Formats: sequence, C-alpha cells, structure tokens
Amino acid sequence: MNIGVIVFPGSNCDHDCEHVFKDVLAQNVTMVWHKEKSLVGLDGVILPGGFSYGDYLRTGAIARFSPVMSAIKEFAKSGGLVMGVCNGFQILLEAGLLPGAMLRNRSLHFVCKDVHVRVENAATPFTGACKPGQVLKIPIAHAEGNYYTDPVMLAGLQANAQIVFRYCTPDGRVTLEANPNGSLDNIAGIRSAEGNVLGMMPHPERSAEELMGNEDGRLIFTSMLESLRNRPLKMVGA
Amino acid sequence: MNTNTADIKDLLAQHNLTEDEFKKIVDILGREPNLTELGMFSVMWSEHCSYKSSRVHLKKLPTTGPRVVQGPGENAGAVDIGDGLCVVFKMESHNHPSFIEPYQGAATGVGGILRDVFTMGARPIALLDSLRFGSLDSAKNRHLMRGVVAGIAGYGNCMGVPTVGGEVRFDDIYSLNPLVNAFCLGVAHKDKIFLGTAAGVGNPVIYFGSKTGRDGIHGATMASDAFDDDSDQKRPTVQVGDPFQEKLLLEACLELMANDLLVGIQDMGAAGLTSSSCEMASRAGNGMELDLTHVPRREPGMTPYELMLSESQERMLMVAQAGKEEECIRICRKWDLDVAVVGKVTSDGLLRVIDQGRVVAEIPAKSLADDGPRYERPYSPPPYQEMLTNLNYDSMPDVKDANAALLSVLASPTIASKRWVYEQYDHMVRTNTLVRPGSDAAVVRIKGTNKAVAMTVDCNGRYCLLHPYEGTRLAVAEAARNLVCSGAEPIGLTDCLNFGNPERPDIMWQFVLAIEGLKDACEHFQIPIVSGNVSFYNETNGLSIYPTPMLGMVGLIDKAEQAMTQWFRHDEDAIILLGKTRDDLGGSEYLKVMQHREQGSPPLLNLETEKALQDFVLTVIREGLVESAHDCSDGGLAVALAECCVSGPDVRRGAVVKLELGALRRDALLFGESSSRVILSMRPDTVEALLSRAADAGIPAGRIGTVGGDRFIIDVAKGRLNEGCRIDLPIDRVWDRWAHALEEQLRHE
Repeated sequence: MNIGVIVFPGSNCDHDCEHVFKDVLAQNVTMVWHKEKSLVGLDGVILPGGFSYGDYLRTGAIARFSPVMSAIKEFAKSGGLVMGVCNGFQILLEAGLLPGAMLRNRSLHFVCKDVHVRVENAATPFTGACKPGQVLKIPIAHAEGNYYTDPVMLAGLQANAQIVFRYCTPDGRVTLEANPNGSLDNIAGIRSAEGNVLGMMPHPERSAEELMGNEDGRLIFTSMLESLRNRPLKMVGA
Repeated sequence: MNTNTADIKDLLAQHNLTEDEFKKIVDILGREPNLTELGMFSVMWSEHCSYKSSRVHLKKLPTTGPRVVQGPGENAGAVDIGDGLCVVFKMESHNHPSFIEPYQGAATGVGGILRDVFTMGARPIALLDSLRFGSLDSAKNRHLMRGVVAGIAGYGNCMGVPTVGGEVRFDDIYSLNPLVNAFCLGVAHKDKIFLGTAAGVGNPVIYFGSKTGRDGIHGATMASDAFDDDSDQKRPTVQVGDPFQEKLLLEACLELMANDLLVGIQDMGAAGLTSSSCEMASRAGNGMELDLTHVPRREPGMTPYELMLSESQERMLMVAQAGKEEECIRICRKWDLDVAVVGKVTSDGLLRVIDQGRVVAEIPAKSLADDGPRYERPYSPPPYQEMLTNLNYDSMPDVKDANAALLSVLASPTIASKRWVYEQYDHMVRTNTLVRPGSDAAVVRIKGTNKAVAMTVDCNGRYCLLHPYEGTRLAVAEAARNLVCSGAEPIGLTDCLNFGNPERPDIMWQFVLAIEGLKDACEHFQIPIVSGNVSFYNETNGLSIYPTPMLGMVGLIDKAEQAMTQWFRHDEDAIILLGKTRDDLGGSEYLKVMQHREQGSPPLLNLETEKALQDFVLTVIREGLVESAHDCSDGGLAVALAECCVSGPDVRRGAVVKLELGALRRDALLFGESSSRVILSMRPDTVEALLSRAADAGIPAGRIGTVGGDRFIIDVAKGRLNEGCRIDLPIDRVWDRWAHALEEQLRHE
C-alpha cells in the first residue's frame, strides 16, 4: 500500500508514522507537504500529531486552511481512509471532517502517559483486527484532548456507533478516574458518519513494536491495511 | 567616545566592565571604542561568554579519547557510537533568566540547547533537565517550579523532541537562585558534522530564522552578575521563545545540511549576532563584514548597538558556499523563515559592521572572541568549612521508629516520584524511548542500528558543599553507576558548572576543587568531557548556592534489548546487594529530613572499588543474569529498596529483606548513602553463580531478600553495638507516600 503522511509546519509525529508503516509494516510511505494540492496515488492518509503552526490561535485552527486540506476533503468524500492522530484529530475537527471540538485538558496541563482505551466499535476500517470491547494500552500526549460536543450531537454519535474508543481502566471499565483529560463520555476516538475518517487522541504509532514493550497500537494500522486490501475496486485512488 | 571620566565610569559599570578591561580594549583598537563597540566587547568579555574566571582551570580537564569526534570549543561535543554515527550533546544553564521569568527563562534554555545540537548537523532525539528549587513551603518556589516545568514542556513538546529524564532536587539555598540546566543529545553522521567556521574569503554570510527585536539585550551580561532585591527589573533582558519558529529552523537547517550548501553555521545564542559572527570568523582566522541594513527586524528604529546585542531567539548565521545563496534562500523560504544575505567573509581578520553605508564598528574578530581577559582569581577555603564537616554522631540519637523515618524520607521532594513533572513532558515522541523517566537513566534506541544510548544528569550539591572535591568525584561515580545499571558503558560527559561569585576566594576554592575532582574521576573512568558550560554569580544579596557541578553523562548499549531498569520484575526473584555499607550518614537526605542537618563528610569513594563494581554490573547485565539493577544513593539502602518495589510502570511488588547490622548504627545501615553499592534482582537459580563470580572479582555481595508479597519488610537483627529494628509497611502505603508527596506539596495554596 502507499500511505500518505501529511507534513504541516510543526507536525512532529510525521516521522513516527512513517517509521511504523515503512519499517515495521513494510509499506510505501509518501510524505505529503501541506502545500500539495493532490493526493493521487495514495491508498490512505494519516494526519500525524504535533503542533501544526505552533497550535497558535487554537489547535488545528490554522492547519485547516493549508492547501492540502481541500484534497483531503475530496479524498474522504470519495471514500478514502483518513486517520488523524492527536493534532491530526484536532485538525479534522477544525476542518469539519469530524464533529465536535477539543477543550483544554481538565488538569490544564499537558499530559503524557499510557492510557487504556476500550474498542467500542470493532466494525470500522481502523479496528477490524480488534475484538469488540478489547482493551488497548496506548500512550497519550496532549494538552487539548478534552473532547466536547452538544447533547444532540453526542446522542447521534452514540446512536450511530461513531464512538470508536473510550478511555477505560485496565480491565475495561469506563470510569471517571480512567478519563485522563475530562473528555465527554470518555471519548478517545470517533469516526465519521460514513466510517472512513477516524480521529483519535492516543498515539498508536508509539505502541506498535515489540522493542517498545507494547504492540497494542499496531492493531489500528494492521486493521487499516487489511481493509485497504479488501476494499472494492472503485475506491482506489481519489 | 567624547566622554569625560565620570561618564566613562558610569558606562563601564552599566556594561559590567572594569577599568583594566577598558584599557585593554583601547590598546586593541588603538583608540577609544564607540558605544556599539563597547557593547560588543562587554557581552563577549562577560563571564558567560569569555569564561574569564574559569578558563585557566577548565584546561585541566580530560577532553580526548578514542571515541571523541569533537571536543569542547564548538557548539556541542560529539562522540563516536559506531555504524558511522556519533552522538552530539551538551548541557547548558539558564538559571538567571528562569528566576526572573520562569516560563520563558526555562523555555528559551531548552531552545538554546536544542540549537547548539542541531547546528552541528545532528537531529536532536532527547532532552533532559536538571532543576534545583528552594523548599516548596514557599509560594514563590512553587510558582517558580510550576513555571519552569511548564516552560520546558511548552518548548520541548512543541519541538517534538522527547524530554526523557532529568532530576529535581530541593534545598532552601536555591530559593533565590533556582537552577535550570538543560541537556540535549542528537545523532549525526560522523562525517557530516557542521562547525561554526567562516572559512573561504568572499563566501556569503546569511542570516535566517526569526526577526531581530529588542529582547534579551545584555542577557549575557545579566547572567554574569549577582542578583539583588531589584532583580525583577531585569525582566526585559529575558528573551521570549517561539518553539514553532525553532521547529521550522530545525527542519530548514537539516535540509540545508543535507544539500551540501554550507561552509559553517552557528546559532545566535548569548550575545546574538556579535558572538556568532566574531566566533565563526575567529575560528577560521578570517574577518567578516556585516551589513545591518539587511538584517530582518521586528521593529523600525533599532540602533546598531541593539541589533548587535539583541538575544532574540530562533536565529542562525550561516556561511554558504559562494554561488549557493539562492538555493539556501529557497530552502529557508520553504520553511517560512526570514532570510537575508547580510555580509561576507573577509581576509583582514576584522569584524566590520556597516549600517546605512557607514562603518559603525570595526574590531579584530579574534580579540572579541578569544582575547578576553583571563583571571587567575585567588582562592581559599571558607572559615566555616571545618564546621560543616565536623559532625559528632554520638550526639545524635539513632533511629527508633524506622517505619516513620522511611515514610518521611520517601516524602522528601528530592526523593519522591517526579511523575508530576515528567508527565507534563512528551517523553515518547520519536518512538525511541525504551526506558522512560523514573529509572536510573533514560534509554533511547538509535533507529537504523541495534544500539541505544543511556543518559543521566546528576549532582548532589550538598556533598559538593561539604567537600567540593569529593562531592564532584561522587557525582561522576553516581552518573556512571546510573548508566551501568541501565546496561550502558559510559562514553562521554558534558558539564554545567553552577557556582556563586568567582570574585570571592571561597567560591573560587569550591570551583577549583570541583574541577580537580572532575578531572581525577573522569581520568580514572576514562570518560572524556566533550562540552560544557560555566554559570557563575548564582548568588543573591551575597548568599551563594551550593557548588553544583552538574554532569550529563552518556552511555552506549550495543544491543538495545539489553537495556536494564531499576524496578523488581518478578515475585520470588532474589534481591542481591553489591558493595559495602559504612557509617556514611554525612550529607545524607536522612540527616536533612530527620535531623535538619546538612553536615558531615560526604560518603567515602574509592575509585578502584567503584570501577570494579561497575565493570562487574555491566558484565552480568550483558550476560542476561540480572532482572533489575538500581544504584543505591539518595536516601540509602531502605529508600533504594523501596524504589525497586514501587517505581515500576504497572505493578508494585512487596519485598522481604534481612540485613546484618554488624557494628553500624541502625540509621547508617538503612539510610546512609555509602557509595559503590547496587541492588540487583535475579531469578533464584542464578544467585549462586553470581555470588561466586562476585567473590572472584572481589566485589562484596550477598543475598539480602526476596521479591513478593504485599508488604515492604526490612528486618535488622541486633548488631554488635546496637539493637536491631524493623520496617514493616503495606507496600501500597509505601507507594502512596512516594508517588504523591511531590504533588501534595505543590498543591499548597
């Protein structure tokens, strides 16, 4: 597969995503500069973590105006798989590709640590390799991961199984104590209504290798590759 | 300068120059300097930039070795790690600015050390920080600590360079002079190291990065002065950091370097445009002409004086190959950076500064960069030194309630878990962090190889106060021991020497002894010092900090999977103590917490014994005999054992330990800080083999207990002189105290 990793000025997990796809999963990776206007030839797109444009003004608020964003919208509209991690998730929210917004963490601090998330929907292109309800240990590293939306939208997310990951205890209980940032309904990751766009705060690329002592995050990437292999032909290209 | 004597005196005072130094300037120029030139001399000849009080002593330090690729004198040092790669590292202080404005002071400290490393052509892959604050009882100290930690996080996290470790210690002496020392390590190809040199007459000099503003003017001079009650007024001398700009600067630099365009490059740190230009010219034996008209600036109306002395952050000066200007400019613009050709390399050895067609300064580059004054300042021990080391143990009662004593020592913020600090740092970005903060050393793998490097920063300032020579040797030994316990062979060191006012003989005495200690220990362990920094004048209203020669040491692990951690990993594992415990209570954390004394002689250190121990530990780790290894230092044996039980990432494990008291006091056995000791854990069936090997190597070793259970138990049997005692606590209680003490003390309002 040919996976595109978008590079915004200030992206800093771009190399990490490249490393997982290229060196761990033996795929082709194209680093896509934010001024590109076309995503032709890519099978899937990753918006990596970091501090695009320094996160000045508001996280992801300036990156959404990058030229590449229109191409990403087209790519998503035509059914291409788009995944945003951390700052990438924040950009997808700002760009309207996913619903809701991010507030500052309840603690008002940046927080970097392992957390546990429960797979709430194992029938997405990003979670096919997981079991329903499976608990994954994946690190977080953010200051604005406190997901928020209005009650109507939240009910919609719940009803449409758009909540993909929720923060939980190691044994899979969704509790207040297991929520590291105050996010609504312990939301750690959501998908678009169509299902082909995923945003998640935890960094699966940080737990995708045996040497790092944790391979749970790898399931997200292998799921994505598996669904690309099985996709109907019409979805090729964008 | 057409000024009368009184005015000159005033000017010299403002610029922190002496009359002798002024005379020397007049001799060099053959005339009186103008104001711009005086300003340029004042920053380059400041203690911070010229090392005028320290240079004669720094020369004694060992700086060479088979692995050394670049020693001191450049932006950072470099050490060979094989596979055609080297690690580039340095540590630097940002103490003065961090006291005046903690967030920006600490943030720009991180920014500066990052630039030092990527200027050399290395991509930074790890940051560590060594911090010192006063007691957290004071709201001001809590404010300083919160601000400094947030500043480090704000800058490092945005840059995408993980802050993988460090240390924080607390002592009231640092209340008015907190220490912020930042360490950075990067990786570069050995044959692609870039230096700060302005070679090639006629080559263009290109400015890139942020615009120049009025911030930080005289920062280097401020950092070379003691504080008084009006220090808050120095806030405008603190620079403001922009990590996003620095991230762009980093990527642009690495792209420029990958494209064979550069001759030399240097960041504009302390003394900004002045230092970068004259140092690059001086290293190449050339001159440089700078035309300020082209310097990108934040506001109109800036004078040559302000432009040359500004310490605005995130700026670089490069000397490009002639004809490659356009390509350099294209790459800088791609990264949205300001860029301009501002001058050229000349052959006359002069730094000539032009503004609007007029020469505004003309100084021999070498005089500015290298011919600053050198002082052999007088030194002698302070009269109170003997009082410090004299400690009558018989006058102190031995520990009675060992449970309570352990919990008190664990709750000391110097000992307690630093989770509150490191969780605010992104310590995992770049996906190399094999051992996260909270073990003896941080370990990051080197992608593309099977190797990993371990890093630690260490210094016990209290030991150095009590005996600067011994204290510094102990710091070297502890840093090396931390690396060895992580499975790494020490390969290089950077120092960051924090002291008081060198014009005082007692402070100079501390400095000279510390250098001797550093030299002797490094020579014995054969660890070269490849970079460093001196921070004097850490003094407020005449009260100086403890001598704090901070060390950043780097070790190499040939097989990344052999990286070792400090925490117990399996129930039923045997607990082994290597090394000998003596009556070493002097300068201990226990004495400070329980007896409120910072007195006595620091622990005895025999370099041969230490080296033999370290060689043995490294060998058995590499052979896979060991499940965990922990250096036994601050807080002594009881604290080290407790840390082995509770510091692991997922579970805490109990332990049952039995100790022989012999002729020792109970408190010395449990909490004394004898050096050259390590706690190992291992599968029970390999214990015999290990003990016999230890005996062969002449290392004192014994099985002292077993991992497991839900209690932390240390049984001390009756000794020859004293009764025994017992620590017996639920492991969750031990963990709770250690894990939450720092956060609780910071929460006070």
